[in-house]
Amino acid sequence: MSLLEVTDLTTSFQTSGGEVTAVENISFSLEKGEILGIVGESGSGKSVTALAIMGLLPRPPARILGGAIRFEGQDLLTLSDRSMQRLRGPGIAMVFQEPMTSLNPVFTIGEQIMETIRAHESLSQKESFGRAVEMLEKVGIASAATRMTDYPHQLSGGQRQRVMLAIALVCRPRLLIADEPTTALDVTIQAQILDLLMDLRDEFGMAIMMITHNMGVIAETADRVMVMYAGRVVEQAPVARLFDHPLHPYTRGLLSCVPTLDQDQDRLIAIPGNLPEPSRRPGGCRFSARCSHAITACGAGIPPLETLEPNHAAACIRVREIA
Amino acid sequence: MTGLDRHSPGWATIRRLLHHKLFVLGCVLFGLILLLAIFAPLIAPVDPNKLSMRTKFRPPGSDFIFGTDNFGRSLWSRVVWGAQLSMFIGGAVVAINAVLGTAIGAAAGYFRLLDNGLMRINDALMAFPAVLLAIGVTSVLGPSVNDVIIALSIVYTPRTARIVRSSVIVLREMEYVQAARAAGAGHWRILRRHILPNAMAPLIVQLSFLFAYAVLTEATLSFLGVGAVPPTPTWGNIMAEGRQYMIDAPWIITIPGAALMITVLGLNLLGDGLRDVLDPRLRIQQ
Repeated sequence: MSLLEVTDLTTSFQTSGGEVTAVENISFSLEKGEILGIVGESGSGKSVTALAIMGLLPRPPARILGGAIRFEGQDLLTLSDRSMQRLRGPGIAMVFQEPMTSLNPVFTIGEQIMETIRAHESLSQKESFGRAVEMLEKVGIASAATRMTDYPHQLSGGQRQRVMLAIALVCRPRLLIADEPTTALDVTIQAQILDLLMDLRDEFGMAIMMITHNMGVIAETADRVMVMYAGRVVEQAPVARLFDHPLHPYTRGLLSCVPTLDQDQDRLIAIPGNLPEPSRRPGGCRFSARCSHAITACGAGIPPLETLEPNHAAACIRVREIA
Repeated sequence: MTGLDRHSPGWATIRRLLHHKLFVLGCVLFGLILLLAIFAPLIAPVDPNKLSMRTKFRPPGSDFIFGTDNFGRSLWSRVVWGAQLSMFIGGAVVAINAVLGTAIGAAAGYFRLLDNGLMRINDALMAFPAVLLAIGVTSVLGPSVNDVIIALSIVYTPRTARIVRSSVIVLREMEYVQAARAAGAGHWRILRRHILPNAMAPLIVQLSFLFAYAVLTEATLSFLGVGAVPPTPTWGNIMAEGRQYMIDAPWIITIPGAALMITVLGLNLLGDGLRDVLDPRLRIQQ
């Protein structure tokens, strides 16, 4: 049994212009201790997928139209609010993109970490203080015991993201969802946080869902990658395989956007056009409007995610011709 | 809550407040009235309702600091005891407002389902002019100090609720609230720890102005004869009686009027200072 198994998840949002689907028929699974990278442009449905798993989609306006999310065999979509609340923290935890605003400005960081412990376990003040200090040390905050009384505004962005990690990990979750955890940080700090995440994965044995639009982050951390485009999965593969043999034209486009040192390039290759708005997605393959390989048949129907090699699947009708 | 160590936001706020001259002046004026109210039995030992026909209409002077009124009652005693009543009514209205307004505003702002229902009731109550609504309520309940407090609470709670609601709606969408939810915090914990402490600044500012409105409206009600019944020494009552003798004994109406003005001015300066320091948008303009 996989740790997390998402099957055919479809969600929609009620907007002033009618109901709009955000993600459609998303299926993937995550094993214990595995790092799954989810890549895609803004608006491709990465965060919606993450929030659906956390049970944090604001409903209304969001609605889950179908599918199942199984965590350790339990269908999260049928769980009561109470049980879901108990699962958040010790079962599944999440870190967000913006470390500057993810901490409550009126409480010290120590109080905020201890708060999370006390939400799930009945520990004495002293015990939870000890646990919080220990966790701060683990995430690499120097002289943790004295920093416990610091307020968020006294910390740098990287330190705050470390504190966010401490809050997320203090209850030892089996799954950590990291929604662009390094996007708002300096490049050097990014690398430190990613290293830290990998270390903590090894130490706690938790699985990580790493959501990003940065191919470099994926290459550095993920075991497996899922590429999303306009609310659908377009390709899934182990990380090395994806970088060596991308199948879907969108994945190739994404990879060619990344500058490399060993090739002499004057210009970066960009994918023409923009992600279609959810209400104006083309019929058929959603990438067809921006794809250089598109033919008339691409507009006919949504291409299914086809497994072409063991562990490697792509959703493109011309995948065999263009590969 | 947080201890006030050197770096806490609370400590920094207090330091900024102490540098705000008008805030300090407001505190002094309001503090003066507050001291009169607290120490009324000590500084005005003469019964404010003790009639003495032999000493009526004495001007302010050595025998009677503030003079006497048409029944020979010591105006000093009446104004000082009136201060106590005003402070009591203002304080009670502020306390009731802080609790009820916060509860209603937080419920409406946080739980979307309750929002429409609660806010429409609120709008209906706010559509009445404050004094008119208060007159209506006291005429139903009867004119006593407690009923005045109830009436003023009904009048002003919707305003407080609206202010709390608007902060809660903004705070509800903050990332740290989402993060707290992701860490498994329930609604109650999120409201109590993450939303309400951050909604305090505008509420405190509102409550300081509310204190002034409550004192002023209470005086209006008793001046109009629908507040606490005479001979209860409220500033409004004293002024209502003094109105008839405005030409011959102007001190009867002017002294409680001045006390009322000092209170309201003090509270407004205090509230302005709090707003300058607590509201970051105004701070940038300075």
